[in-house]
Amino acid sequence: MEEQGLKQNEELRNLSLSGHVGFDSLPDQLVNKSTSQGFCFNILCVGETGIGKSTLMDTLFNTKFESDPATHNEPGVRLKARSYELQESNVRLKLTIVDTVGFGDQINKDDSYKPIVEYIDAQFEAYLQEELKIKRSLFNYHDTRIHACLYFIAPTGHSLKSLDLVTMKKLDSKVNIIPIIAKADTIAKNELHKFKSKIMSELVSNGVQIYQFPTDEETVAEINATMSVHLPFAVVGSTEEVKIGNKMAKARQYPWGVVQVENENHCDFVKLREMLIRVNMEDLREQTHTRHYELYRRCKLEEMGFKDTDPDSKPFSLQETYEAKRNEFLGELQKKEEEMRQMFVMRVKEKEAELKEAEKELHEKFDLLKRTHQEEKKKVEDKKKELEEEVNNFQKKKAAAQLLQSQAQQSGAQQTKKDKDKKNASFT
Amino acid sequence: MSKGLPETRTDAAMSELVPEPRPKPAVPMKPIGINPNLLGYIGIDTIIEQMRKKTMKTGFDFNIMVVGQSGLGKSTLVNTLFKSQVSRKASSWNREEKIPKTVEIKAIGHVIEEGGVKMKLTVIDTPGFGDQINNENCWEPIEKYINEQYEKFLKEEVNIARKKRIPDTRVHCCLYFISPTGHSLRPLDLEFMKHLSKVVNIIPVIAKADTMTLEEKSEFKQRVRKELEVNGIEFYPQKEFDEDLEDKTENDKIRESMPFAVVGSDKEYQVNGKRVLGRKTPWGIIEVENLNHCEFALLRDFVIRTHLQDLKEVTHNIHYETYRAKRLNDNGGLPPGEGLLGTVLPPVPATPCPTAE
Repeated sequence: MEEQGLKQNEELRNLSLSGHVGFDSLPDQLVNKSTSQGFCFNILCVGETGIGKSTLMDTLFNTKFESDPATHNEPGVRLKARSYELQESNVRLKLTIVDTVGFGDQINKDDSYKPIVEYIDAQFEAYLQEELKIKRSLFNYHDTRIHACLYFIAPTGHSLKSLDLVTMKKLDSKVNIIPIIAKADTIAKNELHKFKSKIMSELVSNGVQIYQFPTDEETVAEINATMSVHLPFAVVGSTEEVKIGNKMAKARQYPWGVVQVENENHCDFVKLREMLIRVNMEDLREQTHTRHYELYRRCKLEEMGFKDTDPDSKPFSLQETYEAKRNEFLGELQKKEEEMRQMFVMRVKEKEAELKEAEKELHEKFDLLKRTHQEEKKKVEDKKKELEEEVNNFQKKKAAAQLLQSQAQQSGAQQTKKDKDKKNASFT
Repeated sequence: MSKGLPETRTDAAMSELVPEPRPKPAVPMKPIGINPNLLGYIGIDTIIEQMRKKTMKTGFDFNIMVVGQSGLGKSTLVNTLFKSQVSRKASSWNREEKIPKTVEIKAIGHVIEEGGVKMKLTVIDTPGFGDQINNENCWEPIEKYINEQYEKFLKEEVNIARKKRIPDTRVHCCLYFISPTGHSLRPLDLEFMKHLSKVVNIIPVIAKADTMTLEEKSEFKQRVRKELEVNGIEFYPQKEFDEDLEDKTENDKIRESMPFAVVGSDKEYQVNGKRVLGRKTPWGIIEVENLNHCEFALLRDFVIRTHLQDLKEVTHNIHYETYRAKRLNDNGGLPPGEGLLGTVLPPVPATPCPTAE
């Protein structure tokens, strides 16, 4: 019995009441509060594609959860979470079923467990973040942490697959694992017993910690103890109803007979439902919170460098360490800022220099061009002058030539006249 | 399924033996009888029973503080409430014992059990409150004590390796005893309640109500309520924490009849053939649990039978959270609403900062 809160110290003594006070209604008051808020329950189903996870969930909760069967071609394992609100009498349950899609389908399954572990951790992280907030609202926080993990074992009849062992080993410290044998109608009764013991011994020899049904409280101890003997539960799921005798029952109809889901001789479905829902749902939730979550929190905080200081130190250890880290972080930031600033300044200088260079070049070019232009201009002018001179000369020459020509013409004319006269003279 | 509601006993506080513990419910039975509808029964509603069992196993803590000038009947009332000698009465003090010079805080714990439910009840007495000539700041030690309990809890919560069940010493309820002057509240009352209504659930009670007639009582109550309202003092159940319409109507009724005018007694007398708790006077016997005589039964039902859990929850979800937020704010200078791990951006000006994640 948990005595922590009720340990007797020197001041505490048991008093007897002289009349009815009325605080025995406390559990009812507590329960009423929780009922009005509703409960959360999150189940993770891990198992190969096609092993019957969705069907089993449908059977357990008597509804048809919408989902299409997955293909075998998934490139990796991914988790698909779906939430539903169920109500029974005045109890509202927010049920979340998380499915591992593509588990066991890949050729290389080394990393198959990783997405699962990451998902579970992510839910713990979300809760941790909320818990560490300054302004937090934990009492209406929608809890997404996985309360139970149903691990579906393929009904080979021989032993666990190595993938099963590896995955379960990675998950056992993070979640309550309940192993079940799926599609149990493919195993004969005698083989089933051998299979079960083989599985349990393999789990034990590999140190896999599966969920232990609590045996500390008298009313449930007995039923939990008897049920534990049947682990792992061999289940058959079915949402179809077959007429048996004069009533309808969930069953699977084969040519050779009908496997009744709720018949304890046929399979352990009823035991699973009993254990998972009707007896231990609250314990599963509590274990998740007080054991798995606390472990995660502890590891995470230690990882971040927080440590518990000794009990007589006054301020928060968390806060102090945080302060120190923050200052460290700030210092680093400042350093980085300085670096960036300096680099910026340097770059600016470089750019400036470059630009100056370019400017200078441009100026030079401009000067050059100017000079060239002037030179050309001068050349042209010179040429122009030359040309003008030439033209002048030419004109002069032309004028002179014309003069000469006219002179020549005159004298020629005279000459020819002379000649003509001469000629004429000669003729006469 | 076990019975949902607690048995309602008649108000005769007979000195019976501790009533038999409620028969422990068996594991919830599977639906009997073949009924196509019952094939649809999943069993989700058994979680209520599971939860109830768990809480009964772990037991409850309840810490109640009584504040008021000496001689107002605080210890007697607490003893009457819990039908046992949880509080040492002033009359048992030595004659030589003086009234303390300053306000002392005395916490005494007991374990009481009823109907299979174990409760660790701690009564915190404040001898010396309001008894000095100069009572300035006499609420400070009380405020300090309350905050210390919050601090203790916070420290435990912040630990890396936490206890499975953090011991809860926070004050869930503070009964403030108003002197039945018949006029109005005293300045000390107002000051105290003003300061403390923000950190703890205060339930004002009018003590020694047998000194007032019915008319005087109702007038006094009205005046007190008015004064509290005028001064902005929110006593439990606080209006702002009513969750839904149902809560509001229920709590409105209670608020209208508060502060309860109570009479306490641990002596029994024979009245009409029944043994009742009461006070014997020359002019009659005042029956404590008779609603015509005083409102003790209302107070008891209110505090214990219907709102005990709520008192604890308001303390935990609201007062404690307020304290925690303030404490973290003062310490780290973090703006409210931001997380601790990795997503906080320290107030570096101007240049863009890389996030720490």
